[in-house]
Amino acid sequence: MAEAMQERRTDYGPPHYEQFLPPVVKENYGKWKYHEIVKPGVMVHVSESGAELYTVRAASGRLISIDKIRMYCDLADKYCDGYVRFTSRHNIEFLTPKKENVDPLIKDLKDMGHPVGGIGNAISAIVHTQGWVHCHSAATDASGVVKAVMDDLIEYFEERKLPGKLRIALACCLNMCGAVHCSDIAILGIHRRPPRIDHANLKKVCEIPNLSASCPTAAIRPAEVEGHPSVEVLEEQCMFCANCYTVCPAMPLADPLNDGVSIWVGGKVSNARHEPMFSKLAIPFLPNNPPRWPEVTEAVRNLVELWAKNAKKYERMGEWIERIGWPKFFKMSGIEFEKVHIDDFKHAGLTFKRSTHLTF
Amino acid sequence: MADKLPNTPKLDELEKGKWPSFVKEIKMAAKKSPMCADLLGQLEKSYTEKVGYWKHGGIVGVMGYGGGVIGRYSALPKEFPNVSHFHTMRVNQPAGWYYNTEALRKICDIWEKHGSGITNLHGSTGDLVLLGTRTEELEPIFDELQKINFDIGGSGSDVRTPSCCCGQSRCEWACYDTMAACHDFTMEYQDELHRPAFPYKFKFKFSGCPNDCVASIARSDMSLIGTWRDSIQQDDAEVKAYVDGGLDIEEDVISRCPGKCMAWDGKKLEIDNSFCRRCMHCINVMPKALRPGKDRGATILLGSKAPIVEGALLSSVLIPFIKMEAPYQELKDIIERIWDVWSEEGKNRERVGEFIQRVGMGNFLEAIEVEPVAEMVAHPRENPYIFYEEFFEEDDDEEGDKG
Repeated sequence: MAEAMQERRTDYGPPHYEQFLPPVVKENYGKWKYHEIVKPGVMVHVSESGAELYTVRAASGRLISIDKIRMYCDLADKYCDGYVRFTSRHNIEFLTPKKENVDPLIKDLKDMGHPVGGIGNAISAIVHTQGWVHCHSAATDASGVVKAVMDDLIEYFEERKLPGKLRIALACCLNMCGAVHCSDIAILGIHRRPPRIDHANLKKVCEIPNLSASCPTAAIRPAEVEGHPSVEVLEEQCMFCANCYTVCPAMPLADPLNDGVSIWVGGKVSNARHEPMFSKLAIPFLPNNPPRWPEVTEAVRNLVELWAKNAKKYERMGEWIERIGWPKFFKMSGIEFEKVHIDDFKHAGLTFKRSTHLTF
Repeated sequence: MADKLPNTPKLDELEKGKWPSFVKEIKMAAKKSPMCADLLGQLEKSYTEKVGYWKHGGIVGVMGYGGGVIGRYSALPKEFPNVSHFHTMRVNQPAGWYYNTEALRKICDIWEKHGSGITNLHGSTGDLVLLGTRTEELEPIFDELQKINFDIGGSGSDVRTPSCCCGQSRCEWACYDTMAACHDFTMEYQDELHRPAFPYKFKFKFSGCPNDCVASIARSDMSLIGTWRDSIQQDDAEVKAYVDGGLDIEEDVISRCPGKCMAWDGKKLEIDNSFCRRCMHCINVMPKALRPGKDRGATILLGSKAPIVEGALLSSVLIPFIKMEAPYQELKDIIERIWDVWSEEGKNRERVGEFIQRVGMGNFLEAIEVEPVAEMVAHPRENPYIFYEEFFEEDDDEEGDKG
């Protein structure tokens, strides 16, 4: 064993990226001059040297099997000298200096069931989390909702007919493993009931001081319940964040009757034009309705089309809403403004309307 | 094996439609892996009962590492024994997510032999995620990954696997070599990445320009976003070609400029670069005509995170401009001072952004020995509750103060 440990390497890090760069990329590294979007899902980068690099971007399900990866590899060998890359939004990209490879590659991808698109003024793939496929804290599924929403919005991925970019993200709970808090449209799984405490086992699996400290509103207090050292939750202070469950498995919140999906709008991360913004609450609750979440897909489509119809060119969802004002947004979208839309956490006062700049 | 698949009428519905189907992927893997057959069974049950059936992660890992493996167990091991263990292994992706097919195929072979055969390309932080294996397979997987020089990524309260945009490998807007920097920092901080020793996680994301394709300003404790100090490079003939080609330069470019620093007289575009906010919009619209300047580097911002625990934060400016050249020593010195202060004073599960909110940015800057500059704030304070630290005393001479 000791010998094995000595031979064992650790901390050698990822392989150096250079060995994975196609020759045309290596030769023109740092020398790219400009690019153009040739057609949906295809762009060409032109180097100072005159060299051209075509990129074909295809949708991927994020959750992919090894046999699918091997099929990608076959395509990369056939068209791209054995190189391939992935994007920050789970798309797959095929890079080639050969223009004549673009159309056959697109055909093969489409035959494989992978639409090409997501570049320019379009919806790119949805960044998302694990959901019921793998996560213990999920309040909704991730892959299923994404599949249903993108099946419905596929035309906006495959064509460039939107005023600007639209980024959708989904997180299956408030931990937000995806960057949903700064997305044009964020789909967020939510709980609506406090944790159900497993008093008999809590002390065995959790440290009570850590558990108390984990609550952002100090709603969790040490208490003896039914003879067990445990905690009590001040339910009126619970905002269902599930932070306690993250540190203590004896505090589950999942509740099939009350878990569901909320929709947030108007966030962005790019600095282009307006500074980056958080997404804001549009729809507080939609039910979990698998397998196709029709209420969610309809709500998202309505938001996309409302924005597409009314925004100026290049205006992102949040920029459009800021221009017209939130009251107009609620009026135009038909979404009812309710008590829960008003922030009551830290710095809530900064979100109140503090002027008479109102439209009627 | 296909005949052994469970009955999944709800999931089957998600095999229809044009978007790539994750159900098809799991079924494809289930031809070879009984784990995936039980995964389908458990997932169908989730779709019926509207609740997940995974238990809280246990502590599992590989020898010598404190992170990189997420323990996962089914809550229904009797019903779905093949997913009783379903651990995740995070494999540190190559910078920029470039691969050759030889490397990808080797990873597939390892995963066919030792795991479920399903993956995420990629996880939200950037790792190549191997989804679903048993505890006893972890060491053999690591052993095989070693042979092909792939290491595992971060998890828990450590440096999380850094990620970057494709940078200068394909993008003319990259203001520094994001892939080189990402790889360098990843290698420099291997110990911090593999052995959790911080109050909570710490993420690095490297974006080549203010378009921020890896969402670093929203998703990383330290956001390194490329920018430039001099003037936008301008090709007047190409500007005119865009206008002649039908671009409404007044409406689509000039009226969208946040710095209001552009004018078009019908022939020539004038940019007052001293008021340019480096937002990228005009460059995005006219990539053939306008390019970032030549004096390039990065703005370093600190502190973004998702809501848990104290609310979501965007990163804020720490260093308005720094040259991003190896070995990045000045920046690394600051990073280590940040880690020292935060590790010493931070509370359990307090991200660095929350820590700054609690102790105050001014005090934090003093502790990490960085001078305050106006670029760090959207505006100066509005409230007069100032913790004055300088004052006069009676016996001070005319010029003197105790500061």
